[in-house]
Amino acid sequence: MADTTTERGSTSRGNIFKTLEIDTRLLGMVGAFVIVCLMFNVLTDGRFLTPRNIFNLTIQTVSVAIMATGMVFVIVTRHIDLSVGSLLATCSAMMAMTQTVWLPQYLGIDLGSPLIAPLAIVVGLLTGAIIGGFQGYLVGYLAIPSFIVTLGGLLVWRNVAWYLTNGQTIGPLDDVFQLLGGIAGTLGTAGSWVVALIAVVAACFAIWSARRSRIAHEFPVKPVWAELLIMVIAAIVILGFVYTLNAYAVPERVLARQFEASGQTMPEGFTQGYGVPFSVLLLIAVAVAMTVTARKTRFGRYIFATGGNPDAAELSGINTKWLTVKVFALMGILCALAATVASARLSFHSNDIGTLDELRVIAAAVIGGTALAGGLGTIYGAILGALIMQSLQSGMAMVGVDAPFQNIVVGAVLVLAVLVDIIYRKKTGAA
Amino acid sequence: MAKTPIDRSGTPLVEMRDISIAFGGIKAVDHVSLDLYPGEVVGLLGHNGAGKSTLIKCLSGAYKQDSGEVYVNGEHAQIENPRDARDYNIETIYQTLALADNLDAASNLFLGRELTNALGFVDDSAMEAETRRIFQRLNPNFRKFNAPVSALSGGQRQSVAIARAVYFQAKILIMDEPTAALGPQETQMVADLIQELKKQGLGIFLIDHDVHQVKRLCDRAAVMKNGELVGVVNVDDVTTDDLLGMIIAGKKPGVAAA
Repeated sequence: MADTTTERGSTSRGNIFKTLEIDTRLLGMVGAFVIVCLMFNVLTDGRFLTPRNIFNLTIQTVSVAIMATGMVFVIVTRHIDLSVGSLLATCSAMMAMTQTVWLPQYLGIDLGSPLIAPLAIVVGLLTGAIIGGFQGYLVGYLAIPSFIVTLGGLLVWRNVAWYLTNGQTIGPLDDVFQLLGGIAGTLGTAGSWVVALIAVVAACFAIWSARRSRIAHEFPVKPVWAELLIMVIAAIVILGFVYTLNAYAVPERVLARQFEASGQTMPEGFTQGYGVPFSVLLLIAVAVAMTVTARKTRFGRYIFATGGNPDAAELSGINTKWLTVKVFALMGILCALAATVASARLSFHSNDIGTLDELRVIAAAVIGGTALAGGLGTIYGAILGALIMQSLQSGMAMVGVDAPFQNIVVGAVLVLAVLVDIIYRKKTGAA
Repeated sequence: MAKTPIDRSGTPLVEMRDISIAFGGIKAVDHVSLDLYPGEVVGLLGHNGAGKSTLIKCLSGAYKQDSGEVYVNGEHAQIENPRDARDYNIETIYQTLALADNLDAASNLFLGRELTNALGFVDDSAMEAETRRIFQRLNPNFRKFNAPVSALSGGQRQSVAIARAVYFQAKILIMDEPTAALGPQETQMVADLIQELKKQGLGIFLIDHDVHQVKRLCDRAAVMKNGELVGVVNVDDVTTDDLLGMIIAGKKPGVAAA
C-alpha cells in the first residue's frame, strides 16, 4: 500500500495558495463576485460601489442569506426544502398578528410595550421550529420524499399565512421589532468600530489557536508568514467592510428630523454614519453559529456523514431519521429569523412576503458550491452565493435592464455556476 | 497450517439460536443456529443469496430477525439496531465498506463516537492523532489523513474500516468479504490482522466465497444453502472438495461433524 501523495503542509510545490491552504473554489467565487461588482460599477458610472449601494445590497441580502445557511444543511443531507418562502410568510404572519392583534387584544399587552418584540419573535421561532420539525418528521420517519413534502408545504404555508391575516397587510409593526429590518436599526460608527475590532481579534485568535492545537499534536503547520498573511487579509476585509458601512452618512433631513423630535437644533455641518445594521450582525451571528455547527459539533458531522453515505451513517449508529427532523426544524427556525428581518425591513407583513424566496435560497446554496448529490457544501459559500445573486439583480436594475431579462440572466447564471462547479470538481478530482 | 485448538468448554461469545427471517414470503434464513467462541474464526460459506449476509445482519443490527434469539456471553441480547450491536462490542466490516466518502479517515473512524473537548465540540486534532497512532500499528504506510476517503484505494479504505473495529475494542467482529476488493498484498495484510485479532481473543465471523481462504483463516466453517444451515465443520477435518460439496450440493460429509 504505497502512497505517493505528499502530506499536507509540505511546501515543495511552491504554490502560494497551497501554502496558505486557501480553498481555490472560495477564491473563484470571490473572484466572480469582484468581477460582477466591478462590471456594474463601470456600467453605472461608479454608482454601484458607493457606500450607500453597498449598504443597501447588504441589508437586501440578509433574509435570503440566513435561509441559505440552513438550506446548505438540508441539501447536504440529500434533501430539498421548497417551502422556505411560504414558511417565511407563515412565520411573518404569526409575528405580525402576535404583535398587532393577539398580544394587545387578548393578553392586554399594550402597543409599544417592550415585551411586544421579543414575544413576537419567540412566537415566530416556535412556529418555524414546529412546522419545520413536522416536515422533517414526514420526510425522516414516514419516508415521504422531501421534494413532495415541501412542495405541498409551499402551497400549504403560503395559504396558512393568508388565512391567518385574512389576506390583509398587517402593519405598522412594532418600533423595536423594526430595528432588525436594516436601515431602521444600526450600530452607529463608534459601535461598529468596536465590533470590527472585536471581530479582528477573534479571527486572529481563532487562526492562532488552530495552529497551536496542530502543534500540540505534532502535525505539520503552515509557515508563520502564511498565518500572519491570512490574519492581515481577514483584518483588511473586516475593517474595510465596516469602514464602508460607516461611510454611508445618514441624510441631512433625517438627522434634522431626529434633532427636531428631541427638541434640539442640529449643529451646522453635523454628520453621522449608519454603521453596521443589526440585521447584518444577526446574519454574521447566524453564519458563525452555523459554521461552528457544521465543523465542530457532532450534529454537523452527522449531517455531512449522512449526506456522504446514508447507509454508512445509519450503520455507524447515527439516528438519521431524528437527524432529518432536526435539520428541517433548524431550517424552520432560520426561516423565522429571515421572516423577522424581511417583515421588519418592510415595516409591515404583506401577503406576498417571501414569494419565490425558495428559488433564491436554493440558488444561493448551489451557486455557493453545495452539491445537490449531498455531502458537500459550506456556509460561507451559500452566503457568498446569496450576495452574488443579489448583486446581479440590483446591479441589473440600476443599469436599467428590463425585468424579464433580469430573471433570464439570473437563471442562466445559476445553470452556468453549477456547470463551472462540475468542471472544477472533475479537474481537481474532488468527489 | 497448524492451528491451536479452540477451547469450547466455556460460554460461547455469541450464540444465535434458531434464527429465522423472511422477506415477502421468501425464507432468507430458516431456523439457523450458530455459535462463536473467543479466539475463534468461523467462516460462513454459501452461494450468493444463501442467507449468510442476512443471518449476520441480524447480529449486527441491520435487520431484525422474525424469530430466534441471540445470546452474547450467555446473556440474552436485544439487538434492534446497529447502536445496540455496538453496545455489545459487536463491530461489523461491511462488504460495501460503510464509509462516508466525503469525510476523512479520522472522521470515519470515529463516526458516531466522536472525541469531544471540554466544550462539547468535536476535537479533530485529537481524533487525527489517535488515527495516526492506530495506523502506525495497522498500516504504517498510510499518509492520507486529510483526504476524503473517496481518494483512498480499496485496501486503504478497508484498513480504515478495520481500524474502526480495532480502536473501539470489538469483542465480536463480523467481516463481510473483507478481501473481495483487494489485491494479493492487501489481502495478506488483512489475513495477518485476523491472526493478530484472534490472538487477542476476539471472535470473528468471516463471510467469504473463497473456500481456500476459509480453510486457511478459519477454525470452523458454517455452510448455508437456500437459507438453511447445511452444517458446521472443523476446517482441518475436511478438504476443500468437501466444502465445495456442501456449498453446491448441500450435503454434509459424514465424517466431519463438529
